[in-house]
Amino acid sequence: MTKPLTSTSRAGGVGESPVRPDGPLKVKGEFAYSSDLWIDGMLWGATLRSPHPRARITGVDIGPALAIAGVRAVLTHADVPGDKFYGIDQRDQPVLAIDEVRYQGEPVALVAADHPEAARRALNSIEVHYEVLEPIFDAHKALFDPTSEHVHPGTNLVRHQPVRQGDPDDPAVRAQCAVVIARDYEVGIQDQAFLGPESGLAIPSEDGGIELYVATQWLHNDLAQIAPCLRLPQEKVRMTMAGVGGAFGGREDLSMQIHVAMLALHTGKPVKMVYHREESFFGHVHRHPAVMHYEHGASADGKLVFVKAQIALDGGGFASTTPAVVANAASLGVGPYEVPHVKIDAYGAYTNNPPCGAMRGFGAVQACFAYESQMDAVAEALGMSPWRLRQINAVSEGSTLPTGQVIDSPVPLSEMLDDLVAMPLPPSEEFDLRRMPGGVSNTTHGEGVRRGVGYGVGIKNICFSEGFDDYSTARVRLEMIGGEPAALVHTAAAEVGQGLVTLKAQIARTELGIERVTIAPADSRVGNAGSSSASRQSYMTGGAVKEACAAVRQRVIELAGAPADAQLVGGKVVTALGEVVAQLADVLGDTAIEETREYRHRPTERMNPLTGQGNSHVQFALCVHRAVVDVDVELGLVRVVELAAVQDVGKIMNLLSLEGQIHGGTAQGLGLAVMEEIQVANGKVLNPSFTDYLIPTILDMPPMRLKILENADPHAPYGLRGAGEPPTLSSTPAIVAAIRQATGLALKRVPIRPEHLTGTLAS
Amino acid sequence: MRLKMTVNGESRDADGVWPGESLLYVLRERLGLPGSKNACEQGECGSCTVYLDGVAVCACLVAAGQAVDREVITVEGLADGDRLDPVQECFVQAGAVQCGFCTPGLIVATHDLIARNPSPSDEEIREALAGNLCRCTGYEKILDAVRAAARRKAAQT
Repeated sequence: MTKPLTSTSRAGGVGESPVRPDGPLKVKGEFAYSSDLWIDGMLWGATLRSPHPRARITGVDIGPALAIAGVRAVLTHADVPGDKFYGIDQRDQPVLAIDEVRYQGEPVALVAADHPEAARRALNSIEVHYEVLEPIFDAHKALFDPTSEHVHPGTNLVRHQPVRQGDPDDPAVRAQCAVVIARDYEVGIQDQAFLGPESGLAIPSEDGGIELYVATQWLHNDLAQIAPCLRLPQEKVRMTMAGVGGAFGGREDLSMQIHVAMLALHTGKPVKMVYHREESFFGHVHRHPAVMHYEHGASADGKLVFVKAQIALDGGGFASTTPAVVANAASLGVGPYEVPHVKIDAYGAYTNNPPCGAMRGFGAVQACFAYESQMDAVAEALGMSPWRLRQINAVSEGSTLPTGQVIDSPVPLSEMLDDLVAMPLPPSEEFDLRRMPGGVSNTTHGEGVRRGVGYGVGIKNICFSEGFDDYSTARVRLEMIGGEPAALVHTAAAEVGQGLVTLKAQIARTELGIERVTIAPADSRVGNAGSSSASRQSYMTGGAVKEACAAVRQRVIELAGAPADAQLVGGKVVTALGEVVAQLADVLGDTAIEETREYRHRPTERMNPLTGQGNSHVQFALCVHRAVVDVDVELGLVRVVELAAVQDVGKIMNLLSLEGQIHGGTAQGLGLAVMEEIQVANGKVLNPSFTDYLIPTILDMPPMRLKILENADPHAPYGLRGAGEPPTLSSTPAIVAAIRQATGLALKRVPIRPEHLTGTLAS
Repeated sequence: MRLKMTVNGESRDADGVWPGESLLYVLRERLGLPGSKNACEQGECGSCTVYLDGVAVCACLVAAGQAVDREVITVEGLADGDRLDPVQECFVQAGAVQCGFCTPGLIVATHDLIARNPSPSDEEIREALAGNLCRCTGYEKILDAVRAAARRKAAQT
């Protein structure tokens, strides 16, 4: 069902751009995504969801649903075989709602039927009696109003993380400031909007266990949550990665995994489950919306003196990854700038709004919009250029963050800004309706159109932080196949589109000096790889593959009787001086050499709960953007004309994939700036479709200029720096800054809508 | 009901079809052709684009019954065995494929564009592909792929 991938391009080591091994299958329509799986006799699973954001369940009658022809099972929380709760950080989310629902769309019951239409009719026939309660939907009130009701007994607070350095309230500190800017900012709920819907296939096995084919970001963490709920030992839940149609954080939490397995175990038949798009909007966590108050003070020469910030992140009904999102917002809350006096308080709240968790940029995105808006406001107040103000305050290697952590690898922000500013601006174009805001809708021929240019800078932590035991596992096997040395690389790491399958083969080619590499399907028969999130897989699984290859190489060298510093090059064992000691074919013979290695990054520390102090992060990555926009100030329509970016990645492992990450990350930042928001009223989602939730099309994304720097991180494999998230941070504030320049409006909320630009709504 | 249509040059039958099924469902679940994708199933994302009697359509918006006795070409029908169509080859080589869920629809839409307009300008490419959502690439590599595919097809003819 899920086949091993043999690289079609036989060459291509680290630093080259071989084509991706799954590319030919994907362009032919033959790559098996989780929604494509099919097996004889399978049933279709479906989920009944709460229409209310907050209600007590007073009764459920499944009888009418069971009576429908073709319906094989209807399950409720009473049918969950084991633990009734799961969760990625805290086990606080019911597999199926028990007595109360805490968000609109919370799963209440499951159906298995012969045909998806029969399943749909059965869902409509399940009678759930709700006592509707007033939802708690104002995160600020939920956190700070002592009269607020609670989403979970006793509290609406998931985490409060302060950061304290110096004293921004000291009158002597304030006296150093020539300007003080205090403003409120808001970020709406963004959706990952991956195209491949949540889906998978569960097949009951003869030993009472289950085979699960699902699209996820983290197989082993899924497994640790699924098995106890099914009351099965982990070895009886055999998980295989099905093709993943994008993730961006939205597949870090479980969706249908336990449900489809319950239905298969209950019916004894294979069950397939596929969410449709509307259901997908309710079926995964989103990016936390944020309400932020920031106060910046700076001296007359542009040096930041203090930053105070209060950041309230709305996590919705369950904890999900909110604790880590709060930590990122707090620890990175002033951005990549040196600030002597800092007081930050970041909060994560429970409400009855849509549940929120991981999305690309993860806590750092929200803070970045606010601190970069503040930097522009400070620059304007001082009459300085926005990029010059950033350079004056820029961190560099050796700088200390407000958490007390010293940055111990290159962060050449000032040089990156020089490079960005030096990039040519887009040439003036001849009139073409298609290049006007509004495009072929023919809304303007240039009248009312103003151009603006803006800058944005972001800093993101790479890998898991705060003392998490973050590691990945790789198994590498080297043997002769058809007279040629060939490697098999096996990890559980999720290929979500980013190109990890390509990179693993590149690393094996470089480390083992061979051409032919096969990538085994990711499954739970090999150790934990950790999550495909936090921009960490090149670093972590890349590091694990490198170490496993090194262990294989060591054994080959010993077998060949070669000196310890010998290398494998072009199918030969070669000394450091280039003398050929042996052919791999002769050394290996019929033997297969297999080694498994775990790779860990340097340990990190939890943030001090009162001061935020501690070496909480292992690596930092920066991206800077310049945006050029045209705004039709009469209609409030925006066209982003060009985006330019400079990013330092330490080492370019695969230029083609890397550029794709920067382009794609930038596009999601553009979406947050001017298009994308899950709109919510009284806890209910108003726009759960691609008709009403707009993501950037090819007409919305402008051409991009990139400059990529390679200042190695000496602590990371090959010196690389995680690259997927940083561009999502900085493109949003750059675009907003450009729109501010074009319109003169303050614009304190993203996404910006036309009515924010035409004065019909207060911006 | 029973349906008969030509798919990728072969006559195909499907039995027991519920009248509410879309062409997309029949292709994916009854004819073993899951290449056309199910990203939105309401005609917004373009990932299910197929040819119906030579016209590019969203298979999710076509009732299966409407395809009876007509000719359907899906993404699975574009390659000649292992020999990829130039559009497919250029998408792989240009880095236009990441997660790949939008790819089948973009391949068919690009194939259709180049057949109608052998050397499209960037503006024409953007207009033609505006109905195909991609969440991974930011579209830059897709533009590269389409430009390259147009050049390669032109060189072949």
